[in-house]
Amino acid sequence: MLYRRSSLGQSPWLKYSLIGLAFVIMTLYVLAPLAFIFVRAFSQGWANYLSVILDPYTRHAIGLTLVVALLTVPINLLFGTFLAWLVTRYEFRGRKLLMTLIDIPFAVSPIVAGLLYLLLYGSQGLIGGWLDQYDVQLMFAWPGLVLVTLFVTSPFVARELIPLMQQQGQDEEEAAISLGANGWQMFSQVTLPKIRWALLYGVVLTNARAMGEFGAVSVVSGSIRGQTNTLALHIELLAQDFNAVGAFVSASLLASLALFTLLIKALVEWRQQQQLNTSLEDSQ
Amino acid sequence: MLSFRHRGILPGFGLSLGISLLFVSLVLLLPISGLVIQLSDMSWSQFWWVITDPRVVASYRVTLVSALIASLINGLLGLLLAWVLVRYDFYGRRLLDGLVDLPFALPTAVAGIALSALWASNGWYGPVLDQLGIKVAYTPLGIIVAMAFTSLPFVVRSVQPVLEDLPAEDEEAAASLGASDLHIFATVILPAIWPAWLTGMALSFTRSLGEFGAIIFIAGNMPFVSEITSLMIFIRLQEFDYAAASAIAAVVLLASLLLLLAINLWQNRYLKRLQGRS
Repeated sequence: MLYRRSSLGQSPWLKYSLIGLAFVIMTLYVLAPLAFIFVRAFSQGWANYLSVILDPYTRHAIGLTLVVALLTVPINLLFGTFLAWLVTRYEFRGRKLLMTLIDIPFAVSPIVAGLLYLLLYGSQGLIGGWLDQYDVQLMFAWPGLVLVTLFVTSPFVARELIPLMQQQGQDEEEAAISLGANGWQMFSQVTLPKIRWALLYGVVLTNARAMGEFGAVSVVSGSIRGQTNTLALHIELLAQDFNAVGAFVSASLLASLALFTLLIKALVEWRQQQQLNTSLEDSQ
Repeated sequence: MLSFRHRGILPGFGLSLGISLLFVSLVLLLPISGLVIQLSDMSWSQFWWVITDPRVVASYRVTLVSALIASLINGLLGLLLAWVLVRYDFYGRRLLDGLVDLPFALPTAVAGIALSALWASNGWYGPVLDQLGIKVAYTPLGIIVAMAFTSLPFVVRSVQPVLEDLPAEDEEAAASLGASDLHIFATVILPAIWPAWLTGMALSFTRSLGEFGAIIFIAGNMPFVSEITSLMIFIRLQEFDYAAASAIAAVVLLASLLLLLAINLWQNRYLKRLQGRS
C-alpha cells in the first residue's frame, strides 16, 4: 500500500470531503453490519451467549467445521504450492489453460459446485452409484462436505503464491541447485523463506473460506442437526427456528474468524514490506 | 498435450506437473464431466423447455439486473476508495484499507444474516427507510445490497495498483498549463485507469452473478420477483429434479466461464499494452 504525493485534488476542502465521504460510506456499508452482528449476539448477555455456544448442536457444528477445515487446508496447501511452482518455474504448452482452469471455482456459483459433486457422487451418480453397492455414502455425510470445500477453496493458495513467485524469479533456486542442493534442500532453504508470508496468508484465506462456506455445502449436506450441520449452515437453521440471537451468536464466531483473517493479512503485508526494505538495503 | 520448450535446471517438473494434473482432473474436471453425462440424457427440447421456463427466465433477469446495478455502484464507490487510499495521507488510512477486505473475509451466510437484519424494520437502517417509504430487506433492492457488499473489494483492488504506478509528471505538466482538477482527472487519470476500473467492475459483476449465501437471507425469495438463478437450481434440487437443476446449472456455468475467459483475455491485452509502453 503506497501513498502517492501529487498536487491533484489536494485542495483541503476537496481532500477532506472525499476522505470524510469514504469513512461515512465504509462505516455504513461494512463496519455497521460487522458491529451489528456482535451487538445482536450479546443482546441477551454473556450468559446467554455462552449457553448458545455450549448447546450440543452448536458444539457439534463447531467441531464439524473444524474437521472440514483441518482436512481441506493441508490438501490445498500442498496442491497450491506445487501448482504455483509448476506455472512460475517452467514454460510448457497448456500453462495458460491450467491457470484459467484453477480460477473456475472463483467464477462458478457455489450452488453449481455443490450440484457437480452431487451428480457425480450422489447415489444416482457415476461414482456414487458404484460406492452405493458397498454401502459407502459420500453425499449428505461429512465426506461430501470435505469434497465440495476442497473444490471451492482450491485456488486460494496458488493465487497468493503465483504473482509473488513470478516477481521473485528463479535465480536463487538455480544457484542453489548448481551448488549441489537437492530439490528438498532448495525448496526448504531458498524458496520457502521467500514465500512463507504469502503462504501463510493463502492458508488463512483457505481456512476462512473452508470454515465459512455456505452455498456448496448446503447442497450436499442435508443439514442434519448433530450430523452434517456446519457452523455456516447452523446460522440458517437457527434463523429458520426464529432463534435470532442464537443465529447471531454462531455468526459472531465466524465474524471473529474474518477479523482474525484481516489481522493476519495486515501482519503479512507488514512483514513483506520489511523484507523488501532489507533486501533494498542489502543491494545498496 | 503438454510439451516443454524451456525447462532449465530446476527439479520437480514431473512431480509438480503430476500432482497439479491429478488434482485438477479429480477435483475440477471429473465433476464437470458428471454434469455433461447428466445433460446427455436430456433432449434439446427438454433442455430448452427447462431453461426457458418463465420463472427461471425471471430469475435470470433479476440476477443480471441486480448484478449490473451492484457492480456499477461498486464502480463508483471503489474508484472513490481507491483514490482516497492512494492519494491522501490521513489518520486511519490503514484501518480503512483493511476494512475494504472485510467482505471477502466474512462468510457469506454471516453477511446475509447481518445485512437482512440491519435493513429490516427492526434493524438499524430499516426504521429510517420505512419513514421514507422504502423497503430494502426482503425485496429485490436487498439483492443489490447483498451483491454490492460481497463484491466491494474488486474495484478498489484493481484500480489501486494502477493509480499507485501512475507517473506524476503528466499531471504536473497539465497542472502547470493551468488545467483544472476535473479536467486533469478526465484527460490524464481516467484514460490510464479505465481498463483496470472496467476489469474490477467485470469481476464484481461475475462474483455477484454467483453469489448465493448473502442473498437468500435478504431477498425474500418470491417467485418471479426476487428469486436468483442459483436459488432456482437449489429449488430444483430440493424437488429431486436433477435434470432440470443440471440444465439451469449448465447455463450458469457456461455464462460464468465465458465471462472469466473474456476478463482474462482483456486483462492480458491491456497488460501487454501497458508493458509495451514502458
